[in-house]
Amino acid sequence: MSNLIPAYEGVLQSDSMLTQKTSTSISLELQRFMKKTHNGKIKTTARSKSGTVIKLTIVVLVALTVYGFLTFDYKNIDLAAAVSGTFNNIKVLFGQPHLKYNSMFGALKALLMTFCLGVLATFFGAIIGFFGALLCAKNIAKPAIAGVVKSMVAFIRAVPSILWVLIFTVAAGLGSVAAVIGLTFHSAGYLIKAYSESIEEIDSGTIEALKAGGASYWQIIIQAVLPSSISYMVAWTFLRFEINFTNAIAVGAAAGAGGIGFDLFMAGNFYFDLRELGSITYIVIAAVILLELVATKVKERVK
Amino acid sequence: MSDKDKSQLQRPTDQISVFVKRKRTLTLVLLGIATIFTISVMVTDYSIIDGFDSIPKAIAWMIKNFIPDQKAFSRFPNILSKLIETALVSVAVTVTAAICAFFFSLLGTKTTKINPWIGRVVRIIAAFFRNVPDVVWAILLLFTFGQNILTGFFALFFYSFGSLTRTFIETIDEVSAACVEALHATGATYLQIVFQGIIPSSLPQIVSWVLYMIETNIRSSTLIGVLTATGIGALFDMYYKRMDFGSAGLVVLLIVISIIAIEAASNKIRKVIM
Repeated sequence: MSNLIPAYEGVLQSDSMLTQKTSTSISLELQRFMKKTHNGKIKTTARSKSGTVIKLTIVVLVALTVYGFLTFDYKNIDLAAAVSGTFNNIKVLFGQPHLKYNSMFGALKALLMTFCLGVLATFFGAIIGFFGALLCAKNIAKPAIAGVVKSMVAFIRAVPSILWVLIFTVAAGLGSVAAVIGLTFHSAGYLIKAYSESIEEIDSGTIEALKAGGASYWQIIIQAVLPSSISYMVAWTFLRFEINFTNAIAVGAAAGAGGIGFDLFMAGNFYFDLRELGSITYIVIAAVILLELVATKVKERVK
Repeated sequence: MSDKDKSQLQRPTDQISVFVKRKRTLTLVLLGIATIFTISVMVTDYSIIDGFDSIPKAIAWMIKNFIPDQKAFSRFPNILSKLIETALVSVAVTVTAAICAFFFSLLGTKTTKINPWIGRVVRIIAAFFRNVPDVVWAILLLFTFGQNILTGFFALFFYSFGSLTRTFIETIDEVSAACVEALHATGATYLQIVFQGIIPSSLPQIVSWVLYMIETNIRSSTLIGVLTATGIGALFDMYYKRMDFGSAGLVVLLIVISIIAIEAASNKIRKVIM
């Protein structure tokens, strides 16, 4: 017996209530499932696939990070000077905002412009997204078409929206058309995925019942699919609108598409005026926070 | 007429009024959307016809010009090294931001906060970093760091830190309330609670959020790259402005392949761990 499981000798011997036979069979059973460390402690967590994958993922990510930090080309930057300079700049940026090149009215107008770019991109994206989702939701679409649409969407989503905007700048010229269509591409890809996932969550019984009742395709869409997924869709659309708003700022700065992003770019990279940048940043932050509050309210009401 | 009769009489009109009400809300919502749409079109001076017209034009233009040519393939090693650099920056940013955000978020959750005031301050700081657009950080850092890899790194870091702190706070509150209480009851210390309770129970979600953030950061780093002239974004911008469209096309193609690969990998991982 003691040859079998030396670590449990003490426990089993003290447990005189158990007969020799049952204790042996229990200990054999235990030994089969019990994992021990090299110094005899019982492991309390079972080894699972998910645990291993998590550990592996973390190890790989940390290794990549360390490798990255070691191999980056820092161009002999004076880190201490750069960091202290940045802190000074942050102090000036947020501490002494002023408006010299833009009026308050002009800045708010630019903000409205950015807001409207976001609205248009979300609007077109939502329309394309809805019909695209009908074509690729597993429970209502034909598998062959769904496959084609899904791979197209994956491609569209993988191209960052700034690249779409730059590409459309060549085809449509500098201005709102390039910005809106460029942002629309990415929004549509995102919303097709989000909408189709909410459609796939519908109870399959509803659709089947309507089909059995002889309802046409559009009747099924309007009577079953829309009512049961509309609240998710509205939530997703608002989330996307928030993203589109910040993207519109970014695109305005990086592709010259106008709006408050362009003012940011001019203040920073053209006039080199930190205080101007600061006041525009304050306007942007206020707008983003306001938007988040409105979005939360709308989501609550729809649910 | 008795009350009972009245209610029986009123029932049908009630039922109709539900439909009328639903129709009215629907009309109001549609009208609201139409108004906002019209205002937006007017403000941005957007031409719907030009918009639709530009899509086939742009696609035709892409197909004609974006096919990588001989010159583009001779630049392949250069493009690939920039792409790897950009991907590494995104991973490094996300991992560093996640580590900082995790310890920071412990001060902000309902279950592990030290006192309510610190919790509130933590949430406000997270909201601040989340809501300052990364474009602002990029422009700001360009003043002091110049066209350096660290400019992009810190620009992405601040936003990632803010949004990861928020999601970690939510995740920890959602996942580990019960197990923290149980550990408290056994007399575990603060660090024991964190390492034995919170980390094991919320790790799958945290890893999933980190993977999501890496995907987002790879996309944003292209944009930051265009602004700060670093990484793959700058390379695309340079080829594009030089009208070397073949090379720009190759850049886009490689970005697409890498993003799809990363997305597929993280979806696989997510499926196993969740």
